[in-house]
Amino acid sequence: MNATGPAVVAEGLTKRFRSFTAVDHLDLRIEKGEIAGFIGPNGAGKSTTIRMLCGLLRPSEGRALVAGFDVGQQPEAVREHIGYMSQKFSLYGDLTVRENLRFFGGIYRVARGEMGERTRFAITMAGLQEREDALVRTLAGGWKQRLALGCAILHRPPILFLDEPTSGVEPEARRRFWDLIHELAAGGVTILVSTHYMDEAEYCNRIALIDRGRLVALGTPGQLRSRHLGGELFEIRCTPLGAALHVLQGAAGVIDAAIFGDRLHVVLGPGGLDQAGLPGFLQEHGVSVQAVRTVTPSLEDVFVRLVSTHHGGQDSS
Amino acid sequence: MFERLSVMLMKEFLELKRDRWAMFRLVVPLLVQMLVFGYAATFTVHHVTTAVLDLDQSQASRSLISHIVATSRFTVVDVAKTQRQITHDINDGSATIAIVIHAGFARELANGQGAPLQVIIDGTNSNTALIALGYLEQIVAQYSAQLPGTVTLVPGFAATPPRGIDLRTQPWFNAGLNDRWFFIPGVIGTLTLMQVVSLTAFAIVREREIGTLEQIMVSPIRPVEFILGKTLPFFLIGLGDISLISVLGILWFHIPFLGSPLIMLLGASLFLLASLGMGLLLSAFSRTQQQAFALNFFFVNPFFILSGFAFPIAAMPKALRWFTLINPLRYFLVVIRAIFLKGVGLSALWPDLLAMALLAFVMLTISVRRFHKSLD
Ligand SMILES: Nc1ncnc2c1ncn2[C@@H]1O[C@H](COP(=O)(O)OP(=O)(O)OP(=O)(O)O)[C@@H](O)[C@H]1O
Ligand SMILES: [Mg+2]
Repeated sequence: MNATGPAVVAEGLTKRFRSFTAVDHLDLRIEKGEIAGFIGPNGAGKSTTIRMLCGLLRPSEGRALVAGFDVGQQPEAVREHIGYMSQKFSLYGDLTVRENLRFFGGIYRVARGEMGERTRFAITMAGLQEREDALVRTLAGGWKQRLALGCAILHRPPILFLDEPTSGVEPEARRRFWDLIHELAAGGVTILVSTHYMDEAEYCNRIALIDRGRLVALGTPGQLRSRHLGGELFEIRCTPLGAALHVLQGAAGVIDAAIFGDRLHVVLGPGGLDQAGLPGFLQEHGVSVQAVRTVTPSLEDVFVRLVSTHHGGQDSS
Repeated sequence: MFERLSVMLMKEFLELKRDRWAMFRLVVPLLVQMLVFGYAATFTVHHVTTAVLDLDQSQASRSLISHIVATSRFTVVDVAKTQRQITHDINDGSATIAIVIHAGFARELANGQGAPLQVIIDGTNSNTALIALGYLEQIVAQYSAQLPGTVTLVPGFAATPPRGIDLRTQPWFNAGLNDRWFFIPGVIGTLTLMQVVSLTAFAIVREREIGTLEQIMVSPIRPVEFILGKTLPFFLIGLGDISLISVLGILWFHIPFLGSPLIMLLGASLFLLASLGMGLLLSAFSRTQQQAFALNFFFVNPFFILSGFAFPIAAMPKALRWFTLINPLRYFLVVIRAIFLKGVGLSALWPDLLAMALLAFVMLTISVRRFHKSLD
């Protein structure tokens, strides 16, 4: 791998399945040692992108360099430098923990002298010390998932692709898994991880929001929060919610309004309504207001907003 | 190369070992089908209607006829005087089997040459005729065993075709009529083909379905390593299958094994390679096990029907005859029957062996090429 360049670069990366475009001219740059999150709804094209970056799917257009190698031209060179955990992270259920590790170690040709140490490392990392000889199919989801991660990094890949590694795993195990990801990144591994859990986005250094095959936003969680909301976020407790939403959506200065549980979230831009004017405006329209306060937007707020404007744009075009 | 191959093999055999039903699935269906096929062809028949035409009128010919009539298996319904009469008996169904002893029969026997005995069979009643033919072979074998000096029997098998008398069957109507011995070697080839093709196809499609295939594809493994690791176990299982049912055929059904075990091993290996290639190709075109199942059904059945196992290739329409040329079973049936029943060697079998080698080479090459470690 070249010593200085970015770990992953994609330029106009596109994948079409017949006439359907699953990934649409994606530009991306991931630096070494970063944890990059791919966030997006189901069918957004996360897995397709990751598969192209792993050399499993040929790009229909554009190109991507992983560890400095072109994924379309030199997929074998790419494979030498990556670890991959597919969305269905799969191990052999009829083999024991140790046998699975030995299999993947052999497939990746981990040196014989190193195998013992790597196996121990993976077993400790997965917390499977007592269960090395248990059949994998008898393990619970969190263990399987950590073991799959262990199998994917036996050969010390500098770049790791994890496709929805935490799906279907209970919250405690998810947290442990993210601790592992951070440890790996601290050791210099570049990690590209996809998820559709919005809360996990906060754990990433940088986030790529993908929707319908397009890159909708890219940046650190902080950047996304401040840049993409287009204004300040307020939480309003009022009744009735429906009527309030209705009047706010048409009002000047309101960028976005949405029901959020038993409250309203409203984004106010410059000009038009401001925080001070909100209660009066609503009461004029027959809505009784209990409280208005500023909130720090969660990434979920950002995504909901970005995805909805994105769809709106597509529908009108 | 060996490192990756050896972990592939280790994994395959561990999975097989852990699968409690694997042995059952691999062995029991074969044994059951073998027994069913074997017995379906061998139930006993009495009083087969027989027409006799003795053109030799010698002591030897009369003695042979009395040997045949002495058993309750055959009932002579007509002692014919001309070939036309025989034809008539068979055509109108009054005789199921006709025996023709040519002039010069006794002289040829006495000279120590093989003397031909012509047997005409009503092929439309093939099961009875087939069994009757088996009896006739035994009777003729016993008869020629008594002839002083001229007959040598292959030891160990009471029912081996005699060298002294050349039993010339001339089946009418159903030109490809098989005798019982002809049948069981065919079963061995057919069952092996079905098992090996489906095992191979399913093994790969299963890994595709559970997702481990994607995990393997993303590793730097070479296609050859993967394919070898995936097929070598089934090659060995296939050899085991062929040995098992061959031994069963020999010990249980008393099928003679006259040829060389080494040529048999060669033929079986080439046949298995071609079958593995077919299985790999099927797997390349199936995303799910259901698809593999459908394709398997769709392809293996025609291969079976168009192999010459039950229906003679010569009687097929031209297009189908062409198709049989790419059917490994067609060649293996020739080889296995010839090795079991005739004991012929490489000089006679090389064209069939070569054809299987070519098919194996082509199919395996295509499968390695098609497995280019990509999902599209
Ligand atoms: N091999 C394929 N052939 C045709 N269409 C495909 C193929 N693979 C994916 N797609 C389609 O491409 C789109 C993107 O799929 P992809 O799996 O990349 O989404 P994703 O973001 O990973 O979604 P999820 O969260 O459900 O995993 C989907 O609409 C999917 O149906
Ligand atoms: Mg996906």
